[in-house]
Amino acid sequence: MKTLLEMFLIFARIGGFTFGGGYAMLPMLQREVVENKKWATQEELMDYYAIGQCTPGVIAVNTATFIGYKLKGIPGAIFATAGVVTPSVIIVGIIAMFISNFQDYEIVQHAFAGIRAAVVALIANSVIKLSKKSVVDIASFIIFLVVAVLSFTTDLSPIIFILAAGICGLVISIVKESYGGNKKTKEEKK
Amino acid sequence: MAVFSLLLEMLFRFFFVGLFSVGGGLATLPFLTDMGEATGWFTSMDISNMIAISESTPGPLGINMATYIGYRVAADYGMGFGILGSVVATVGLVTPSVIVILIISRVLMKFRNSKIVEYAFYGLRAASVGLITAACLGVAKIAYYNSEMISETGNFFMAIDYKSIILSVLVFIGVTRFKKLHPILFIVIAAAAGIIFQM
Repeated sequence: MKTLLEMFLIFARIGGFTFGGGYAMLPMLQREVVENKKWATQEELMDYYAIGQCTPGVIAVNTATFIGYKLKGIPGAIFATAGVVTPSVIIVGIIAMFISNFQDYEIVQHAFAGIRAAVVALIANSVIKLSKKSVVDIASFIIFLVVAVLSFTTDLSPIIFILAAGICGLVISIVKESYGGNKKTKEEKK
Repeated sequence: MAVFSLLLEMLFRFFFVGLFSVGGGLATLPFLTDMGEATGWFTSMDISNMIAISESTPGPLGINMATYIGYRVAADYGMGFGILGSVVATVGLVTPSVIVILIISRVLMKFRNSKIVEYAFYGLRAASVGLITAACLGVAKIAYYNSEMISETGNFFMAIDYKSIILSVLVFIGVTRFKKLHPILFIVIAAAAGIIFQM
């Protein structure tokens, strides 16, 4: 029960300070879930993001569900998901109730111009951390570069990139295995 | 009783949005537009207001939109129903993805040690970093570049937001130098800087 509550609170903190959608949640997830709590590794986080992008629903929710389930089964999934969702429900609920032109306030606009600039830097830092584990050789660097450029410049769905990259990963690994892998396995046997 | 059938309808409609919108909060947009047209609950003007609010409140975009619509639609019957509506819409949106992820988690745990999964993820991880990089560039474009300014003046350099670029660089230096500091701290400082320097 203690872990479930802790999970709810930590995911609530993540949800409460994520501005601009699921990608902006990444720096917070790395800090809380990977570095502080060690509930998941960088690689696992990356896997969850990859799957979250090609399954239905909000990426933040998908990632929370994954981590919650991994730690504490179905109750864990529910607590983590409820945690990530609760702050936005409360904040947006209050705004919907009392403020009809929230975004027109000048002070709000200035604050968010600042936050956007910070979010760019925070996500860039996350990308650098993640790329150390995910962009490991020339082939994966090419996959990374092609996806980054095409995704930024076109409106193609992330599903296409994820599926294509999965197939590429499969083919490249099998090719590598049949060329260089044999020697390695022989050496390992010795 | 009308309000309960309304809430039930909302639950189902948001469930379907959650089931079919793949790839994050913005992917819910076309489905929401359809929903507005089919039910008359909100107009496309309302949707653009919601996007503006969602972008300037914390939390996932899809969730914010569901909460906002849920409240606005059910609040006709009173504030209590409005709150109930926001919860119902959010639960509807979230439920399908929780179910799908639970199924995938089970399958993954079974096949975690399979070579095929390992090979596929070699490509998937690189692509995932690529998608995140593209998202980062997208935010950077909005933060650094004022497209209205360039149509007014035609001068590219006038449209660049130098204050934002400087702030980003400072935050980046801060976050790489002082690794112990929490990301939340940088967000709070940046919000204050935005207000003080009229960004």
